[in-house]
Amino acid sequence: MPNNPTLHDLALPTELPDDDSKHHHHPFLQHHFEDMGQQHEASTLGMWFFVAQEILFFGGIFVAYFVYRSMYPEAWAAGATHQSWQIGAANTIVLIGSSLTMALAVWGAQAAKRKFTTLMLVLTLLLGGIFVGVKGYEYYDHIHHGLFPGQAFTYVDANPALTRGIELFMVFYFSMTGLHALHMIIGAGLLLYFIRRAWRGDFGPEYYSPIEIMGLYWHFVDIVWIFLFPLLYLV
Amino acid sequence: MTTTTYDDDPQIEPTATAKRNYLNDEYGVLSWLLTKDHKRIAILYLFSVTIFFFVGGIFAFLMRLELLTPEGDLLTSDTYNKFFTLHGIVMIFFFLIPAIPAVIGNFILPIMLGAKDLAFPKLNLLSWYIYMAGGIFGVVVIITGGVDTGWTFYTPFSTQYSNTKVFLTTAGAFITGFSSILTALNFLVTTHRMRATGLTWFRLPLFVWSMYATSIVIMLATPVLAITLVLLMVERVLKVGIFDPALGGDPVLYQHLFWFYSHPAVYIMILPGMAIISECVAAFTRKKIFGYKFVAFSSLAIAFLGFLVWAHHMFVAGISVYAALIFSFLTMFVAVPSAIKVFNWTATMYKASVSWATPMLYVLGFIGLFTIGGVTGLFLGALGVDVHVHDSYFVVAHFHYVMVGGTIMAFLAGIHYWWPKITGRMYPEWWARLSALLVFIGFNLTFFPQFLVGYVGMPRRYHAYAPEFQVLNVLSTAGATVLAVGYVLPMIYLIWSLKFGPKAGVNPWGAVGLEWTTSSPPPKENFHETPVVSWEAYDYPAFLKAMRETQHAQ
Repeated sequence: MPNNPTLHDLALPTELPDDDSKHHHHPFLQHHFEDMGQQHEASTLGMWFFVAQEILFFGGIFVAYFVYRSMYPEAWAAGATHQSWQIGAANTIVLIGSSLTMALAVWGAQAAKRKFTTLMLVLTLLLGGIFVGVKGYEYYDHIHHGLFPGQAFTYVDANPALTRGIELFMVFYFSMTGLHALHMIIGAGLLLYFIRRAWRGDFGPEYYSPIEIMGLYWHFVDIVWIFLFPLLYLV
Repeated sequence: MTTTTYDDDPQIEPTATAKRNYLNDEYGVLSWLLTKDHKRIAILYLFSVTIFFFVGGIFAFLMRLELLTPEGDLLTSDTYNKFFTLHGIVMIFFFLIPAIPAVIGNFILPIMLGAKDLAFPKLNLLSWYIYMAGGIFGVVVIITGGVDTGWTFYTPFSTQYSNTKVFLTTAGAFITGFSSILTALNFLVTTHRMRATGLTWFRLPLFVWSMYATSIVIMLATPVLAITLVLLMVERVLKVGIFDPALGGDPVLYQHLFWFYSHPAVYIMILPGMAIISECVAAFTRKKIFGYKFVAFSSLAIAFLGFLVWAHHMFVAGISVYAALIFSFLTMFVAVPSAIKVFNWTATMYKASVSWATPMLYVLGFIGLFTIGGVTGLFLGALGVDVHVHDSYFVVAHFHYVMVGGTIMAFLAGIHYWWPKITGRMYPEWWARLSALLVFIGFNLTFFPQFLVGYVGMPRRYHAYAPEFQVLNVLSTAGATVLAVGYVLPMIYLIWSLKFGPKAGVNPWGAVGLEWTTSSPPPKENFHETPVVSWEAYDYPAFLKAMRETQHAQ
């Protein structure tokens, strides 16, 4: 097959950017990126798209929640009385605290403060762990009271007509907080990995995107809880 | 034609670099299974989706055999239910959705952008593994007895009554969804952040625009399916009533959530097809695409409008008549950007000297068949007509015209068009044209009778039917046989061409586009030197003029 020339062959020679001075190749620059700036922008944009995807993921279950809440408003109100808003509020504060330490960790990574960053990540992990632990205690309590939906659901409300609706409320309670807790656990796994890397001193003013992205994820998971708390505890 | 040949092309050093390419850069099974090269991952996907295509095809073929006679004699009704379900699930989740983005998009998109790879190569590889994990669920389901809910998993049948492998199937679909999400994320970030110097948004090939629109739809629709399937699994496992009316749930809510994904999923399947058509139309007419910006924005318009029409699947499911009216009205709008594309492609071909290579034959097939599929979609979107033909073979024919006549035609066009780039070899043109013809004839013979038989009242999803429908069903089965031959042939001659096909040069079609400026197959890092773009997309006038001048100078 004869070979045609390509536009590339025919285009006027274009001046290429001066190559000599730039690449002092950062050890964490991946080969397919031009420079650290491009790599940073690509990674953060990727996380934003991922968060968009997560919003739609949780969005679906929020829609279903609102549909049934409008169908069974009394059952929803009755269901929320089985939540302890005090525990929920305390846990909310714990989680917001973890967001603060996470944000500080990002700052520390940018400023190349190795020990500070590691400490903040450990604190984030600790607070996240407390949150999930408290959640587990709440689950235990609900299951103990026969509030776990399905065959295990033995609870009968004083107003028996509401029982079915309360079970549905508990389905949403467990599904929504369960998915949220799953995100927390995945986040905790990532934190462990980043604690090791931060301690090793991988991060500095030129390379902190992983911590920043971790932060985006963590804050997103927090914000989900900020919506879940009033919807499940305070209705 | 010039006398420039591959070996004395000044841009590419003859021996050393040209011989080293992404295929022979490394050897061994592990070098494929652990590769982060988007081109190799595309090949992995090509293998996998081809296998699933033939699995789905076998189910289809057995169904057509059953429908040869009015009696249910070959398959029991239960088996038939499982077969149409598995056919749908395999074809949609494991073939149509990943086929063009994950194979052709994966291979070509970064090269079109002048990038060395996608933004996140590891995620790209991970997406293939996730896809395969989902695929294993699918295979396990098939081996252990199948599933009979239809690919839509409608509740409460799927959650309370079906005693088949619903949980495993939905888990598989859930998992596979994340592989498309990761691919889409990669495409979006790569398009935003990794374009070559000088490659502005309006210099992008239309393939990229269309793939970008597809990625947005995948990104925003797939997670909704994921959460819906989670709720479905919760309901099935716990036996609670999220979607079961007997337990206080709302089955129509399930349909809303399901179609909120699954209608946009139609555009996830067709937009990449349109992406390929735009490339081929320009390459084989040697003209600028007529109305570049209109075609580019029509992709985004389809992506946007696609989110507003889901309830037209539910006109007879008990939604309010006012909602139905509005969704019917909105559905009509989707026709506008689709028509813009079709008219612009035909306007591009007008008075052009079109070369009838195989990809272009598929393109013509696509334009004709997609138009029929789209227009019958308007029949179905019209409230009154839909009530009449709902759940009949008319619907089956309609969506096969879009999915098979559209997407698979485009996929084959793309595979043939970029085959020389992917493998470095030309396919045998005569055989390819023959199989394109067989696919076209076989397709129409299979599915056109289904419009007729559906319109006169044959319902879908039954293994037996009234005897007066037999003639049309026999025609349909005969067509399916021709179609099967048309699909098997490319398998054979494409594999043959790997060894015996003539070597393809850098630019066998004389096409404009970054992918035609690098060697075939491309080197691991895609380009021998970082490209800088100084031309508009599809600048064939300038290209042809420059080519004539070079010839003159020689």
